[in-house]
Amino acid sequence: MKTSLPAKIWLYFLLIVTSLCVFFPVLYAFMISFMTGPEIIQGRFFPQTFNLENYTKVFDRLPLLNYLLNSFIVSISVMLGQLVVCSLAAYAFVFFKFKGRDFIFFLFISTMMIPWEATMIPNVFTIRKLDWFNTYQGLTLPFFALAFGTFLLRQHFLTIPKELHEASQIAGLSRFKFFWKVVLPISKTSLVTLGAYGFLTTWNMYLWPLLITTNQSVRTVQIGLKQLQSQEIATEWGVVMAGVIVVIIPTLLLLFIGQKQLQKGLSQGALK
Amino acid sequence: MNTTGSLWKRSVNGRTALLYLLPSIILFSVFVFYPMFRTIYLSFFLTDQAGNAAINVGFENYQYLLGSSEFQNSMKATILFVLYTVPIGIILALFFALLANEKLKGIGFFRTMYSSTMGVSVAASSVIWLFMFNPSIGMFNRLLQTVGLPQIQWLLDPEWALLSVSMSTIWMNVGFSFLILLGGLQNIDEHLYESSRIDGAGYFYRLRRITLPMLSPTLFFIITISLINAFQTFGQIDILTKGGPSQSTNLIVYSIYREAFVNYQFGTASAQAVILFVIILIVTILQFKLGERKVHYQ
Repeated sequence: MKTSLPAKIWLYFLLIVTSLCVFFPVLYAFMISFMTGPEIIQGRFFPQTFNLENYTKVFDRLPLLNYLLNSFIVSISVMLGQLVVCSLAAYAFVFFKFKGRDFIFFLFISTMMIPWEATMIPNVFTIRKLDWFNTYQGLTLPFFALAFGTFLLRQHFLTIPKELHEASQIAGLSRFKFFWKVVLPISKTSLVTLGAYGFLTTWNMYLWPLLITTNQSVRTVQIGLKQLQSQEIATEWGVVMAGVIVVIIPTLLLLFIGQKQLQKGLSQGALK
Repeated sequence: MNTTGSLWKRSVNGRTALLYLLPSIILFSVFVFYPMFRTIYLSFFLTDQAGNAAINVGFENYQYLLGSSEFQNSMKATILFVLYTVPIGIILALFFALLANEKLKGIGFFRTMYSSTMGVSVAASSVIWLFMFNPSIGMFNRLLQTVGLPQIQWLLDPEWALLSVSMSTIWMNVGFSFLILLGGLQNIDEHLYESSRIDGAGYFYRLRRITLPMLSPTLFFIITISLINAFQTFGQIDILTKGGPSQSTNLIVYSIYREAFVNYQFGTASAQAVILFVIILIVTILQFKLGERKVHYQ
């Protein structure tokens, strides 16, 4: 059955109005980022000219390039770390039969019920003891193991036919070779989903970098934004918004490209 | 045959599996299980500045918290915040997902727009909303002005601050909920609709009888995640209000953060962390208990 014309018009109307409302704050920030002080006070929506002065200013005020690089290093490290650690664990859960598997699986599940914020105090002390304040390993290593990621991959690994595993054993393929040459390539889509998810959440992380970066050496862009906002608050909103736009472009791009993949992958992981 | 030898041989599977699980087990032990027990332990102590347990005070930290008006305030604010953000957030996301699930030309564009907030970090969103809430040049007060309504001190008025933070939070989370719900909608088997269409069922009938029941596992998942996320809110508080005005937005995680890393009271901060843990545990268990009965699995 096809949707009737009036219903179609009504749907498009709702779609346009609501999606504009959702996207409005980002669009607004984008417009403000090109405005001069007086323009902002006048309360315009469109800037008179699209000049890039605010953007050059924001790179002058903050070591933003440095922060961006830090965020990239941290996000990519966590992404790769999660892919390795989670896929190894998921492989063990699916392709090994051993005593205590259910118990270890239960331990993994239980980590999902422990909110990260409830454990942050001893974690900060641990990082201090290891002397990992202001280091990349301090920012990344605690997030490599991820129960959600393990389940997502386990879901996909379970769909791999058992016959394939048996055949590989007969052919004399080692456990690790089977993992590396067969399981991982088959599961590319799930790995991409988990990778995108890991990158996105790490890029947007706020509390942990706030706690364990005390100087600019490994500080990430999110903390840079807080810095920028508290420095500039009264005067130059245009510069602040230029900073915001620079910070959200990488993740928005990733989302625009990977939206379909992410939505499919995440909802599969959600439904055990 | 040597029995230890055969046991060693028989357990080869287990030992190899352990090798694959080892990175996760080590990381979970160091950064999840150990600190969880350590937090519980610290919650029974007064600590020195470096966070070492100094004096065992038993349950005094908890007694102190339950009696302190500051903590009661924080709990009240947290619960109100959860009630403001979770139901409205999910209903909005569901509405968007239902719209975006229609097969129309250019629907991909709208899907991207709805999910876009997931790509905007909490820090970036908070800065944008901070500007929109600005009492003199922000968008909201300008809108009020044009329609002739009195101005509101969004983030400075104790009556409004929590509502304002909730509004911005609903926006921040709608992208993720939308994406999950849309995924759930697309997993529903088309044939179910085809048979109902023959019977001439209307849109809302189909929504109530087919879509929502079939979507219930996804809904159940997103409700649990949203509840847990709401209890963990921190970034927008730190940037928008710093817990103020007069502690009206001092949500529990912000309260833990301040107690631990501003006041260096690690004992009471740990006690709050344990309470947060218990709340989330209860929410999760309740969800699963209720979920088991209500949820319709395909």
